[in-house]
Amino acid sequence: MSASLVRLGHWITEHLVMFACILGLIYTILPIAVVVVMSFDDTGDIVYQFNGFTFENWRHPCAPYGMCDAVVTSLQVGILATLVATVLGTLMAFALVRHRFRGRSVSNVGIFLPMASPEIVLGSSLLAFFVAGGYASYLGFTTILIAHVMFCISFVVVTVRARLAGLDSTLEQAAMDLYANEWQTFWRVTFPLVFPGIMAAALLAFSLSFDDFIITNLNAGQTQTFPMYVWGVARRDIPPQINVIGTAMFLVSVLIVLAASFGGRRRSRPVG
Amino acid sequence: MSRVEAPVDQSHQSTAFGRRRWTGYVLLLPGALWLTIFFIVPMVTLVSTSLYDPSGTLESGYQVTWAFSNYVDAIQTYWPEFWRSLIYSGLATFFALLIGYPMAYAIAFKAGRWKNLMLVLVIAPFFTSFLIRTLSWKLILADHGPVVDFLKAVHILGPDGRLLATSTAVVLGLTYNFLPFMVLPLYASLEKIDHRMIEAASDLYASPLQGFRRVTWPLSMPGVVAGTLLTFIPAAGDYINVELLGTPQQTMIGNRIQGLFGAGDYPFAAALSVTLMVMILVMVIVYIRRTGTEELL
Repeated sequence: MSASLVRLGHWITEHLVMFACILGLIYTILPIAVVVVMSFDDTGDIVYQFNGFTFENWRHPCAPYGMCDAVVTSLQVGILATLVATVLGTLMAFALVRHRFRGRSVSNVGIFLPMASPEIVLGSSLLAFFVAGGYASYLGFTTILIAHVMFCISFVVVTVRARLAGLDSTLEQAAMDLYANEWQTFWRVTFPLVFPGIMAAALLAFSLSFDDFIITNLNAGQTQTFPMYVWGVARRDIPPQINVIGTAMFLVSVLIVLAASFGGRRRSRPVG
Repeated sequence: MSRVEAPVDQSHQSTAFGRRRWTGYVLLLPGALWLTIFFIVPMVTLVSTSLYDPSGTLESGYQVTWAFSNYVDAIQTYWPEFWRSLIYSGLATFFALLIGYPMAYAIAFKAGRWKNLMLVLVIAPFFTSFLIRTLSWKLILADHGPVVDFLKAVHILGPDGRLLATSTAVVLGLTYNFLPFMVLPLYASLEKIDHRMIEAASDLYASPLQGFRRVTWPLSMPGVVAGTLLTFIPAAGDYINVELLGTPQQTMIGNRIQGLFGAGDYPFAAALSVTLMVMILVMVIVYIRRTGTEELL
């Protein structure tokens, strides 16, 4: 066997993992590329396939009846649910990391369980709860909001808790040594250090809320969120505008990631 | 994303804010109340709903009659759906691990300066909507689409073969949609491995394969357990992939629960839902015990 063949063998085993990884990444990216391409589809939308290039869908994103109303509903639910869940979850994370009290381990299990339950179970239990309470005819915006806050809290807690637990407590001790009181130490040292974690948690909560379908669908009544709109049209003619929304969501997310990574880089630059 | 976080190190109890005991309760209370009222109480309601007299309706009202027969009926009627849910989500978890492990490994150990970009690509599916990206698979796998044409050309698929509306499409969709939940915990645990451990193995004459089997794999076990659970649990309850990529022949238990609740058959639907939850909890507990990763909780 020639030496070059051996070297080729080495090269392959060395790079095989990377090759598999790149294939995996293509698998994850492929449908998103399709969404972007389809947003420019010049449609006779009877067949869901690419017929030709056009900007029309982007110029008239709200053309399909009811779609933009659904997007607005999703944004409203998303923002409100994110605010409430982030505040409640952050407080819980501080309690769990910074305070010792009875019932901590019970609390930890209580926070873990919603994440370990399939959405269909969470959604159906809430529906059963609303129906048993006599609220069956009141299903709508409020019940969606309640559900979204419920499933977002746990994710906020684990995100903020991880940031808080990884915090170097000597920084706070240093502040106290320099005669900062507890309040000052919290707002000048602790909070700024935890803030990126809180932001990450809020973004996560928003994306979970905006994208939720299974739980929402059970508790929405007549209200329609964007995922519910997509579900409704999925078995009829699919308007290409849903891909405009999908692409816009993708672009906004990419911008946020870029902003976060640049912001992080600036912050980590040495002072002076 | 956050699902992957490592167990919290309890030794970080800060001195600064830990003095007043009641502060902890005050901070915890609002969130704990929300979870109690809108998660724990509804779970209890779900169980009691599942024991309602099945002849009741939304209008005439229900009565708890301890109708355990709901469970017997539900399981007898819908065991194929339960079975399919377990098989499909089990397969999806297996494939996600098969695809996800090399991805996480390469990103953790080989990516160098591309690491962050690759991590962003892993979570890129979360940047669009679950339903929209599943619809886009419908397009990719369509009859006479590029994938089907290629598979026919290389004779993997027969001339009448199709991908859409098959179990394959459903498993592929499930694998795709929950893959990031597999890769992120795997990456988190692989990233933490001390490289000197792997070097030590090769210094002691372990082949790369032995080194992987005896050192890297066991050390990545917390990630494997977390990843498989985070893939399996949502996949078992999912009905979106079946509805968009499959046919009624692939119906999973999620479709039935949704359908029965939609039709107003609450006791039966609740019994199915409770059964699913109990099945998953039992499997999770057994799995965690057997792999010795209780601290993940």
